[in-house]
Amino acid sequence: MRETPWKRRLLCGLAMSATLVMTTQAADAKKKDKDARSGPAPYASTYKPYPGRPTALVGATVYDGRGGRIDNGTVLFENGKVVAVGAADLAIPAGYDRVDGSGKFVTPGVIDIHSHLGVYPSPSVDALSDGNEMTSPTTPDVWAEHSVWPQDPGFTRALINGGVTTLQILPGSGNLIGGRAVTLKNVPSRTVQGMKYPGAPYSLKMACGENPKRVYGARNQKPMTRMGNFSVDRQAWIDAKQYMDGDHAERDLGKDTLEGVLKGEILVQNHCYRADEMAQVLDMAKEMGYKVTAFHHAVEAYKIGDLLKANDVCAAIWADWYGFKMEAYDGIPENAALLAKQGACVVIHSDDENGIQRLNQAAARAQAAGRRIGVDVPDGQVVGWFTYNAAKAMGIGEKTGSLEAGKMADVVLWNGNPLSVYSRPEKVWSDGALLYDAHDPKRKPVSDFELGQPGEGDVK
Amino acid sequence: MKRLILAALLGAAPISVSAQNVTITNATIATGDGSAPIEHATVVVRAGRIVSVGRDTTVLNGTQVVDGTGKWVTPGLFSAVTDLGLWDVEAVDDSNDTSADKSPFNAALDVATALNPASEHIAVSREGGVTRASVTPFNGSSIFAGQGAVIDLGKDAAIVMKPRAFQYVELGESGAKLAGGSRVAAHTALRNALREAREVAALPLGAQRQGDVLLTRADAAALAKVIDGTQTLYVGVERASDIRGVMALKTEFPKLDLVLVGATEGWLVAPEIAAARVPVITMPMRDLPSAFEALAATMSNVGRMKKAGVKVAIGLFEGGNQPRNATEQAGNLVALTKIPGASGLTWGEALAAITSIPAEISGFGGKAGVLAPGAVGDVVLWDGDPLELSSAPVSVWIDGVKQPTESHQARLRERYKDLDETYLPKAYDW
Repeated sequence: MRETPWKRRLLCGLAMSATLVMTTQAADAKKKDKDARSGPAPYASTYKPYPGRPTALVGATVYDGRGGRIDNGTVLFENGKVVAVGAADLAIPAGYDRVDGSGKFVTPGVIDIHSHLGVYPSPSVDALSDGNEMTSPTTPDVWAEHSVWPQDPGFTRALINGGVTTLQILPGSGNLIGGRAVTLKNVPSRTVQGMKYPGAPYSLKMACGENPKRVYGARNQKPMTRMGNFSVDRQAWIDAKQYMDGDHAERDLGKDTLEGVLKGEILVQNHCYRADEMAQVLDMAKEMGYKVTAFHHAVEAYKIGDLLKANDVCAAIWADWYGFKMEAYDGIPENAALLAKQGACVVIHSDDENGIQRLNQAAARAQAAGRRIGVDVPDGQVVGWFTYNAAKAMGIGEKTGSLEAGKMADVVLWNGNPLSVYSRPEKVWSDGALLYDAHDPKRKPVSDFELGQPGEGDVK
Repeated sequence: MKRLILAALLGAAPISVSAQNVTITNATIATGDGSAPIEHATVVVRAGRIVSVGRDTTVLNGTQVVDGTGKWVTPGLFSAVTDLGLWDVEAVDDSNDTSADKSPFNAALDVATALNPASEHIAVSREGGVTRASVTPFNGSSIFAGQGAVIDLGKDAAIVMKPRAFQYVELGESGAKLAGGSRVAAHTALRNALREAREVAALPLGAQRQGDVLLTRADAAALAKVIDGTQTLYVGVERASDIRGVMALKTEFPKLDLVLVGATEGWLVAPEIAAARVPVITMPMRDLPSAFEALAATMSNVGRMKKAGVKVAIGLFEGGNQPRNATEQAGNLVALTKIPGASGLTWGEALAAITSIPAEISGFGGKAGVLAPGAVGDVVLWDGDPLELSSAPVSVWIDGVKQPTESHQARLRERYKDLDETYLPKAYDW
């Protein structure tokens, strides 16, 4: 079973390339339901925070996610919200449980901006492989949430080992326009709606480069080249603008999504590796009147840190992946640090069901690589790479991603410095509810799939 | 490499690279044998080999002295089961020699013929402290992937330490698919192949085989070494019952020298693996039930197997799972010791799992992956605790030769330290 996850995804495009090719949506699927667009948001979140105790974390080193660090700090939360963050002299109100964090560290809940948990779940069998609707190069009409399997054991491992409290699930990158992503609270639920992050904006997954042209080129279909990629994208935007300016008499699911992007209601998360290609995408966004919120993977982002900074675009990257495909050939471990040096926004992402369990470690590796070339990014800022910056690029930076009064009490107590290989989450709270406690065997989620199995979520 | 060592001994000075006589003093030295690190220790390398190591060791006259104060020293890392030197860009087929699904051969395939010492990935891994590795072919259209080699990562043309060091066979779910659709077919294919190999080996010189054969003669001949135990058989397998099935092969083929690769559910059958004295090479942080054959996946797999007496190495560095990050895998096993209910390794054991143990499993016990008198002079000087994320090698010696830091990546990071193009394009910055 020697197959790494990225390889599986890479091959996904090839293996499935021989499957059916649908051209356009059947006209009868389009309903004349103009009014439906203005109704309540469909598939609405039913997430409810679980009860928690008023809690005071005391004595720990606190990284607030916005670059701040407080030694011997105090973090107070109650009713699911952060009440106050301060030094040792911060008064603890009556009725609060004290948790001794001496020698330990506190960070905001970890956030992964790029995950395929649920859409490419474990076990990775074809029957559950629902991440890439590779039947047309543009599928803005599909929504990742309709593929998410909430029983994916990957969610539980991300919580326990990685302290992940929020994550964005994206469609794959086989298509130029892959569909809508969904932001989830990493709180187990029987339904996807029960995990949906209340009020998070949607994102649209787009992809440039090798994947779309490989998938469709292999079928002798457009796009076969990078210029084909841009042609198909541009035409899709032009058509969407026409739709946006029209009467919406005939509803088009895909164009609804693209219209949302053009109106600034839906963010764009753009899979793109090469510097020159990212620069072209930025111009396409200007031409068509939308904004790219983040480039994902972006292994060459370090070559255009100035451009990304000027355009206020984040780079969501791995620490050091490189070389597995042509467009990843120039990946270097100093990517994050060089971007930080330019003042550009850095997000460490996983795109991997194992990597999501160690986003903190990936960030630490990237920090260390920078330090060796004289770019010293402080620990507090590095913590922001897998907390606040991710939240910001997912449009939920006002609600989570940092420890500030009034924000969601998504909190991780680490048993050591989260930038050390020897540290793990000890307790994880989501909206103030304790969802993982290393010292309480029952305070650990086990998905339906693993019940009664030999490993049983690794609790045996 | 031997040529260079000889040259050094004879006093001839090769122009660019030569085995240096080096003494590193006052460092925190971890020998890789599983023991705890020794502070304020010294290691002496002469003529390409370790001469002495420890606190009582003194500087040897005529050696270059490196002050190791505040630094750490380990043996070079040994990466087990890698694809180093077999590709430039994995998804660019022309540059990728890991597998050959259209070849008429399988077990006869020998990676030693394709290894490229100038590979970027070798350079990058070397910079990360990896000095030795085993390289395996990947399965094409057969359960037999072919014969792997043990290499050194020194920056010279001599890359192969031991060609045809092992044969690789894939069983479990992947093997079932390759064999035609079931585990039954995979086991039948394996047993049949071994029988054909035995028949070929027994044939008088020049005699022809009978007609009912599935293997080419070259493949059958390659497997003869597996049957008589002169070549190790690496078996890719995950599920507990599949592991038992592998060990049961010894009933019919008693001389098989087995190594389990993967063994995700090894902890469920750890006492049996230990009793059979079959070593394991695994990737410890894979803790998801990624397949039905891996339902019992846990990060505690290594710790539990080790506790049961199994010899376990960290390995399976392929694709995005880079050899230079072996230290992170090892460090995570130490982290597990602090988690209630989990099993991990001590620091010394964790280092051994990426140095001496993979070297032993690869047939180089006491010779590589360890700082001990007589072992190869592979020494890594680190700027901190080698298993920690913030640490990296400062200097790397292979066979006593100090290695240069040259790679495509190194040049890119130099070029893009700034984005200044005031006077000329970046293309002139080199």
